[in-house]
Amino acid sequence: MSDASRRNLLRGLTIGAAGLTLSGCKSVSQTQWVQDVLYSAEGLTRRVQRLFAGGHALATEYTKADIAPFFRPNGSTNPPTKDYQKHAAEGFVNWRVVVDGLVEHPLSLSVADLRKLPSRTQITRHDCVEGWSCIGEWTGVPLRHVLAMAKPKESARYVVFYCADPMDDSNDDGTADSNFYYESHDLIEATHPQTLLAYQLNGQPLPIANGAPVRLRAERQLGYKQAKYVERLELVESFAHIGGGKGGYWEDQGYNWYGGI
Amino acid sequence: MIIATDAANASPRNSAPRRSLWAWIKNFLTYGANTDPGEPRVPFYRHTIFVRATHWLNAGVLLIMLMSGLQIFNATPALYWGKQSNFAHPLVAFLAYQNADGDVVKGETKIGGWRINTTGVLGASRVDGELQARAFPDWATLPGPQWLSMGRVWHFFFAWFFVLNGALFAFYAFSRGHIRDLAPGGRDFRNLPHDIIEHVKLHFPKGDAAKRYNALQKLAYFTVIFILGPLVVLTGLTMSPTMDSAFPILPWIFGGRQSARTIHFICAFSFLGFFIIHMIMVFLSGTWNNVRSMITGRYRIEPAGGAHE
Repeated sequence: MSDASRRNLLRGLTIGAAGLTLSGCKSVSQTQWVQDVLYSAEGLTRRVQRLFAGGHALATEYTKADIAPFFRPNGSTNPPTKDYQKHAAEGFVNWRVVVDGLVEHPLSLSVADLRKLPSRTQITRHDCVEGWSCIGEWTGVPLRHVLAMAKPKESARYVVFYCADPMDDSNDDGTADSNFYYESHDLIEATHPQTLLAYQLNGQPLPIANGAPVRLRAERQLGYKQAKYVERLELVESFAHIGGGKGGYWEDQGYNWYGGI
Repeated sequence: MIIATDAANASPRNSAPRRSLWAWIKNFLTYGANTDPGEPRVPFYRHTIFVRATHWLNAGVLLIMLMSGLQIFNATPALYWGKQSNFAHPLVAFLAYQNADGDVVKGETKIGGWRINTTGVLGASRVDGELQARAFPDWATLPGPQWLSMGRVWHFFFAWFFVLNGALFAFYAFSRGHIRDLAPGGRDFRNLPHDIIEHVKLHFPKGDAAKRYNALQKLAYFTVIFILGPLVVLTGLTMSPTMDSAFPILPWIFGGRQSARTIHFICAFSFLGFFIIHMIMVFLSGTWNNVRSMITGRYRIEPAGGAHE
């Protein structure tokens, strides 16, 4: 075999391997067993991060000078359903946050009720899964106070947050539950001191674009874990029967349930 | 390029190509395994099995990390400095322009005040023949199409291998003395001007000098392994809000999460830059001899004193 033909053969092999790799990227990512293997790292990541952060490590709080002039909203910015628009027109006076599921004392709280509970104000950095960050000042009731009032049963492991923003344009009237945004957190994150049902941003009532009248703040997690337009909290043992079974709207689309990274 | 001259018992040229290629591979892999002392070309056992294994694992993992990282980057195709994103003033941004019909028509790279038309590669590139808004083109990302969640899953799976492989190598280097081969010392810095001139002339070490890394090699390998490696991991961890709560010093060190993201990006392209230079140097200083030494460990030392064949 001459040097030239050997070189051609080797070049062919190299290009072939490169071609296979590149054109295979999409189909490889769509292969079930590949996905199963890749997603298996999520549990390890969660456990190791929890090992370091525990239940109580606090997210850094910033100063007033750090607050962004405009807090960038993402995802839904104005739920178009008749129900939501009616609430918005009324100034959310009839909005209720229901706490039910595996609790001793189910609750139904108005925004005024939430404002009467002990509050916490924190200037924190919001990290979007897309990569950007924005700093804002949030005021709300620490979720653990609300949970303490509702008294979760022994079997409760997760809090599922049901939201008023439909994720499907064809569903503007709001009929099927599965098309609304939802999220879930375990009780470690839900009872973290900085986890709030927030009703204020930068000293003002929460703007509609940022989740009025009540949204979740979970400061050690990415933005998609921080449900906006929260209407109901359900304590559950498992979220396998809810929506697509992955614990949240974006999780059902393939995003990791653990949103700490 | 020297390929066949390695083989002491090279096959005759008129034999069947299949057989000859096989003979070449066999010679390639067994070179130096059974040489007699006193032969002019002395095989030198250059890389231990541990170094070879971690090298190749790292090469594959790094490619996946780079491509999945570019997929993640595409979700926010701009870089910022500081704690948060100053959306009006990115350091670097990749922009796409649409016409009145909403079709993407132009891609642009904006670096500070500079705007460069990069249509087809950066800002806007073709996916299935259609120009789309994407910072990096589909051939550079994993997965190819825009798919942030899957890019993250690839990245965070192989990040474990990157870290464990790097930690294992560092442990090996320090416990088995390999660090002495890699860490540049005073003599290396004194030799640096001489080494640079020799490299520019494409004169590579022979004889005993070829058994050691030269000053430029040490600087490159040490910087990439022991500075760039930890830096890319730490800036990566700084982007995790949970890790920032556990170690608030992380964003403090790097001047904020967005600065850390920018440094992470610079690290990634430094790895790519190293890879390109590494490939050029491997090619210039004897492709197959170098590749063999990283596969079987055996490296052919050219005798010093200018003995050419």
